This record gives sequence, C-alpha cells and structure tokens, in this order.
Amino acid sequence: MTSGGIRRSFAAWAALALASFGGAAHAEPGPWQLNMTRGVTTWSQVPYDLNNITLGVCAGIGILVFGAMFIAMFRFRKSRGVVAETWSHNTTLEIVWTTIPVIILITLAYLATGGLTSWANTTGSQMTVKITGYQWKWRYDYISYLGKPINNVGFMSKLDALSNATRQLDSGMDPYAVKVGNENTYLRNVDKPLVVPVDTKIRFVITGGDVIHSWWVPQFGWKVDAIPGIVNAAWTDIKTPGTYRGQCGLLCGQDHGFMPIVVVAKSKADFAKWLATQEAQAAALAAAPVTQTAELPAPPAAGKQG
Amino acid sequence: MSHAATHDQHDDHHGAPKNFFQRWCMSTNHKDIGTLYLIFALTMFFIGGSFAMVIRAELFKPGLQLVQPYFFNEMTTLHALVMIFGAIMPAFVGLGNWMIPLMVGAPDMALPRMNNLSFWILPFAFTLLLSTLFMPGGSAAGGWTMLPPLSLQSSSLAYTVFAIHLMGISSIMGAINIIATILNMRAPGMDLLKMPVFVWSWLITAFLLIAVMPVLAGAVTMLLTDKYFGTNFFNPGGGGDPVLYQHIFWFFGHPEVYIMILPAFGIISEVIPTFSRKPIFGYKAMVFAIASIAFLSFIVWAHHMFTVGLPLGADIFFMYATMLIAVPTGVKVFNWVSTMWGGSMTFETPMLFAISFVILFTIGGFSGLMLAMVPADFQYHDTYFVVAHFHYVLVTGALFAIISATYYWLPKWTGRMYSEFWGKVHFWNSVIWVNVLFFPQHFLGLAGMPRRVPDYNVAFANFNMISSIGGFLFGASQLIFLGVLIHCVFFSKKRAADRVWEGAKGLEWTVPSPAPHHTFDVPPVIHEGDLAHGHVND
Repeated sequence: MTSGGIRRSFAAWAALALASFGGAAHAEPGPWQLNMTRGVTTWSQVPYDLNNITLGVCAGIGILVFGAMFIAMFRFRKSRGVVAETWSHNTTLEIVWTTIPVIILITLAYLATGGLTSWANTTGSQMTVKITGYQWKWRYDYISYLGKPINNVGFMSKLDALSNATRQLDSGMDPYAVKVGNENTYLRNVDKPLVVPVDTKIRFVITGGDVIHSWWVPQFGWKVDAIPGIVNAAWTDIKTPGTYRGQCGLLCGQDHGFMPIVVVAKSKADFAKWLATQEAQAAALAAAPVTQTAELPAPPAAGKQG
Repeated sequence: MSHAATHDQHDDHHGAPKNFFQRWCMSTNHKDIGTLYLIFALTMFFIGGSFAMVIRAELFKPGLQLVQPYFFNEMTTLHALVMIFGAIMPAFVGLGNWMIPLMVGAPDMALPRMNNLSFWILPFAFTLLLSTLFMPGGSAAGGWTMLPPLSLQSSSLAYTVFAIHLMGISSIMGAINIIATILNMRAPGMDLLKMPVFVWSWLITAFLLIAVMPVLAGAVTMLLTDKYFGTNFFNPGGGGDPVLYQHIFWFFGHPEVYIMILPAFGIISEVIPTFSRKPIFGYKAMVFAIASIAFLSFIVWAHHMFTVGLPLGADIFFMYATMLIAVPTGVKVFNWVSTMWGGSMTFETPMLFAISFVILFTIGGFSGLMLAMVPADFQYHDTYFVVAHFHYVLVTGALFAIISATYYWLPKWTGRMYSEFWGKVHFWNSVIWVNVLFFPQHFLGLAGMPRRVPDYNVAFANFNMISSIGGFLFGASQLIFLGVLIHCVFFSKKRAADRVWEGAKGLEWTVPSPAPHHTFDVPPVIHEGDLAHGHVND
C-alpha cells in the first residue's frame, strides 16, 4: 500500500471511529455505536458529560496501573535472573494512593451532585403528561398545557403491527425490512406515538398499572420506573423537533422487549394544532350516544401505522 | 480416589471409608466435603452455562429464531440463580472447606456433621429449583431479583422460594462453621494477624452471609405470603409497597455481591505472592480493606434503585457511599501490583488467571464507578452496560479467582500435577473469548439496548453477534478445563511435591501431597518463615 493509501485508509478509519464515538450526526442508535447519546434536551448533556469524564478518569488510572503491571511483568521475571526483594510495606506510598483517589472521587461527586440536583427540580413546568405502564403497552394521558387542563386526551401506545408480525417466532419475516423511510424501526415503533411540543418544560408523572416498568428514551437522558401505587415525576425540555425512540427499561414479563416508546416532538404551533384536533375528537366522542362509546377502543387502533 | 486412604494404611481407623456411600454421603471430613462442594459447583457451572448458551444463541441475530420470550426469561432468571447460588458460592465454600483447616493448622472444621448437612441440602435445593422448568407454567421468569408484582405472576413461585430458603440455610450453616473454625481451631501461635489473607477474607465473608441470608429469606417469604396467604406487603392495592421489596432485597443483594468477591480477593492475595516469590505488600492494609468493603456493602444497597424515584437526599447519600468503595478496592489493586513489583515472577496457570483477574476485575471496577454516578446511571441502568459490568466482576473476577485457586491447590488435593500446557491453552482461550463476549456489551448498553430482552433492533446486531461468538467459544473453552481436571485427577503421571510451588508459603504446603485424609491431628508448630503474609510489625 502506498503512503497515500495508508493515509487515506487511516483517515477513513478515524472518521468511522469518530462517527461511532461522537455519534450525534446520524440516527441513534446506529450500528457500531460505541458511546452514549448526547441527547436532545438541555439536561441530557449531563449524563453524557459525566459518562465521558468518568470514562476518561478511569482510562487514565487504568493506563497507569496496568502500565505498572506490564512493566513489572517484563522486568521482574525469574527467567531474567531477577532475585525477589523482601520489602512488603511503604507507608508514604500507601497514603498517597489512598489520598489521590479520594480527591478524584470528590471532584466526580461534585459534578454528579450538580447534575442530579438540576434533574430533581420538576417545578416550573408548562405541561404535564401522565404515563402509565401496562403489560405490554404504554398509556399517555395529557393533563395540562400552558396552565390549562386538557380533558379526555389520552391513548394507548403499543408495538406497531409490522414489528409485531416480524418478531413472532419463526415468522419468516426480515427484521431488516421493518423501516420508516430510511430508518430501521424494528421493535422501536408504535401505533400511536406520544406527541409533545419542543422548547417546553414538560413534567411527566409516571406510574404502573400492573407490574413495574421503566420509561426510557435515551435521548432525554434518563429513565424512571413506572411503579404501581407510586407516582414518580421527571421532566424534559426537548430542543429539536423530531422522532425519539426508546424502550421499556425494566423486565416486566414475556413481552418486555416489545413495548417501545416513541415521542414525536413538534414545533409549538404544530403541537397546538395537533392538540386541538385531539380535543375536538374527544369532545365529539363524549357528545356521541352510547353506541359510539362502545367502539372506544377502535380510534387508537386506527391511528397511523409505522 | 483411593490414594488418600493409602497414606494412612498403617491405621485404617484414620483412613477414608472404603464404602462409597459412607465416604461421600455420610462424610464429616472437611476435605471430602470440600471436594463434594467443588464437584457440585462445577456441575452447576455447566448447567448455568448451558442456559447462557441458549441466551446468546437467541441473541445471535435480530428476530426470534429459537425460543419463545417467556422461555428466554426463564433462562436469564435461572442462569443467574444457578450461577450465583449453585456455582460461585458453593465453589468458594468448597475452597474454604478444603483449605481453611489446612491454612490455620486445624484437624477439621469445627462442626463436621453440620458441614455434611450444609452440603447435602444443596443438591435437593437445586433439584427443586431446576424441576420448575418442567412444570406447567414454567419456572420463575421475573429475573433473579424476583421483583414483585411481576414475580407474583409466576405459578412456580412456591418452589423457587422454598429452594432459596434451602440455599440460605445451607449458606448460613456453612458460614457459622467457618467462623467457628477460624476463631476456635487455629493452631497455637497462629494469631489472627498471622492468618493467610484468604482465611481473613472468608472470616469476613461468613459474617456477611450470616447478616444477610436471613434478610433474603424474609423477603422471599413475604412474596410467598403475598401470593398464597392474602398478605399485602408489596401490593399497593392493599396498602403495601413494591419498592419495599427492593429495599429489603438489595439490603441482602449488595452484601451478596461482596460475598462473591471477597474470597476471590483472598485467593489472589495467596497466588500473586507465591509466583512473585515476594511477601504480600501491605498485609494489614489488605485485611483492613476487605473489612472496610464489607462494612460499606451494608450502606450502598439503594444504588441498585436509583431509578425507582428515591428522594434527592437518598440518591446523593447512596452515590457518595458507593463511590467510597473505590478507595479500599483501589488499595487492594495497588497492593497486588506492588507485590509483583520487585518480585521474581514465573507465569504458571494459577498466576496467569490471577494477573488477568487483577486487570479485568479492575475494568469491572471502573464501570462500577461509572454506574455510581447517579445522572449517568439514569442512562446505564438496566442496560447491557450493567450486564457487562457485573460479568466483568463475576466471571473475570470471582470465576477466574476460583479457577486460579483450583489450579493452585489441585496438586495438593490430588498429589499429581495437572498439564501445564493444557492449563495455559485453557487460560488463553478463556481470557480472549471472555473479552470478546463481554466487552462489546458495554457498547450495546451505551447505545441503548436494555437487558433481559430476547430480541432487538438491527442497530444492535453487530455487537450482539460478536458477543455471541465470544460466548460460544468461552463456553467451549471451559470443556478444556474439565479435560484438564479429569486428566489430573485420574491420569496424570507427574507426582506433586509437598511444597508444590517454589515460592509457596503457608501451612498447607507443609503437609504431604496429596493431603492425607486427616491432617494436623497434632497442632503444627508455627515458624514465622512458613507464613505467607508480609512483615506485619514493620
């Protein structure tokens, strides 16, 4: 290979490594993705940074410790005729390698505490959505938006039909063929996604209907367990419109792997339109005679397919 | 196995019984019971390993090809229960049974009949547990943590709970026996601070076992009464709280993690000085570090629960306490490296496994520190990152230490040398494939793949396939281990010297190889130079 060829292939590898590690430019998760997502909210940067900083610290310590080990393994071999020393104690050294880790840990703890405190503050939200986990689907109920209560906007959200057909044992269907546009959405698409506005502090109140689930969209930077009898709170604040996908994070029975989460973040104007349509539909249903309410399960199932 | 008997042929009364049933089923001899424990652990290791092969085969590529999701969950649940309670813990108890009396100069364990009972409970416990696989409705499939309300949906919960009760009784009796032996049966002159670090690590581990196994028994009993007797401990509909179970379980579960690693620390602290031909660096610091880790293990349980919605103050407390564990653990790693520094090293199979333990366990420790950071844990929690983390500390940690100990003491047990060549073949295959198996799982977790799922999006396909290939080859490598053991026990021609390894110190090397059926009928005289520890009074 010519030197130019080497340089080109090196550049290609470096680009691939950068893309896998930095990973913000393409859809996530991507094949060969190596690192955590940076996310799309103000807070999601916190776990990303902490992850990178701690990983860096660990890598540094690892290089020192493993380096010392490998030097020892090379230098102090019996086959090189080395005679063993007899010392087994060194107070100064022991104090040093107890103190330095403590200082590093205090630094890390300081960073983590700051990030955690900002996460725990769910006050000042402009929107509230209630999330309930069921075996094996999610329910979303819109509680309030911009200080106004929302009535009767809520729906179930479950695995899309194509993924569901493909994932059956011996279905003979190809997981690689489950696509929305160019994006493979196998097991990561739903019949009816949660729709929210961008640039809005949204408070989620999260609970479980039967067993414990965990609501997790990696691009928001957190997961919170959905526990029967307990209402947990969390918040997010999405910066970019888009479709964000996640999965149930806690083993909840046989179809735990098949209850994805999809959040569609719209601009505030688009979201207002969407919400108005939903409210109108709900009002129409409430005004309709009893025969119509018997068909209540139908409208969510007729929602758009992935 | 008659070689043990021939050593005492002038006195039949002191030899092993000739009758198979009498010798093995009615044994009160610490060496025979130790052997039973080790054979049992090896059997369970292969059964639990076969479950792991099912898991990795199903995860080989996206889509379900082999098993239904419920069966997959049965596999993950039983793989964990079998490996933790059937393989790792009994292996350590077996090593303790064999070696603690030999290392402290005691003729046997303090409570030999209870020793027999604590072993023979185990085959029944695991028959019960594994029989649930063949029951209508299947075995427990809610994960080894058995979180309610999910675990209450299992139709074989009562069998699982009873099996866990039996395992707990066995562990508690084993722990009482070890404490009684160490505190009462040491040879004159074997002061506490002259004991080998392995004996220290088991003394501390035994206290952890006695403290937490009853807590587990309580937690699973509450599950049982919730399901069958109308109580509502964990049922919010009746005023209970599912999170209460998690607090109780992890109050057991975290010390349990250290129960599975502290004896490993002890083993490594025996093996590294032997093959470095240099005393252990900082003996007292090593003992103190084990004790501090044991203490801290009681105040970090909620780091398994950062996502259940703890109050901010609790999150912060448990994060700090967890990070603190890095300090004594770091001290141990630094001390092992310092023991090697300035030594005169050779690299027989036990040493190779011990060195890879130090490196790979430390990698598991690094990911543990990352997991302790609560905001980052919100992302890592219950993903493959966690799976990678605890397999680094349990497979390349606990298991590698057990394998290292097996190669280290096998010549003492059998009187014959194992094949060093095949031992090394086993080592290199294990250490390469275990990393191919578990390292990519870090990437899967960071990219967002949850644990305990039977199927996944195509974005996770590459690393899952690599991981599965590593898994199959790591599993196959352990058949080499089985071959080396069988060869050594039954076919090896090479006799082992009493002091098998040139640099080996400690009382166990002063008895013949193989160790006769009864040792130290008369307490040995302790010579400072025989002991493995460093200069305590420096």
